[in-house]
Amino acid sequence: MARTGPAERPLSPHLQIYKPSITMVMSILHRITGAALFFGTLLLVIALVALASGSSAYGTVQAIYGSFLGKLVLFGYSWALFHHMCGGIRHFVWDTGAGLERGTRMKLAWGTLVASLGLTILAFVAYLAG
Amino acid sequence: MSQESSTSLRTPLGRVRGLGAAKSGTDHFWKSRVTAVANVPLTIAFVVIILMLSKRDYAGAVKLVGQPLVAILLLLFIGSATYHMRLGMQVIIEDYVHSEGKKIALLMLNTFFAIAVGLASAYAILKIGFAG
Repeated sequence: MARTGPAERPLSPHLQIYKPSITMVMSILHRITGAALFFGTLLLVIALVALASGSSAYGTVQAIYGSFLGKLVLFGYSWALFHHMCGGIRHFVWDTGAGLERGTRMKLAWGTLVASLGLTILAFVAYLAG
Repeated sequence: MSQESSTSLRTPLGRVRGLGAAKSGTDHFWKSRVTAVANVPLTIAFVVIILMLSKRDYAGAVKLVGQPLVAILLLLFIGSATYHMRLGMQVIIEDYVHSEGKKIALLMLNTFFAIAVGLASAYAILKIGFAG
């Protein structure tokens, strides 16, 4: 007899029962930053279409993006971008089968965070220095 | 008819629904990695271009984006990034949305969004480039 729905079977324990670890937090952040970047592409397409549309449209975008809130969002976007990039590089290492030992993977996880924050600050300093 | 013989252990319902191996192997994983590798240098180029743009007025911005090298780097970034984000969002949807209808609708929206963002950006860059 063919079953018609999902089987009633025990499910594996999920996130909430585990003590948070840095590798787990970085994994979650990788997905969250990825999803944020998905929607963040709207910031880019709006700016590009405004630039192609003319000076008044671009002026409006510049005013919004240049406001305090706009800068805050762009700062967050740049961190998400760098964090997802660094997390991706970590995944390349893992894809080769390397870096999965406990000590190494902890270092890689912390390294991802330190590198992403460092790059974000570097970009911000470059922006301020002009 | 499928290749499965009448002695197959698959249930008729399973066969009708087409459940089982998707026969796509590591295709999704591989495309995700290829675009990810491309995204690393392209993201760095993108950030540098945005930093340069932030210091320019309208005329200066049009001139910068109109430069062939800048336009090509932006186009490559847009192409690789939108492809990559479509693959990633697909996994997120498949992980969290279990209602079949909702899932299919969201997967379609995902594709529409990625293509719309990619095409609109590419059109804007090309318009600026070819106008100059």
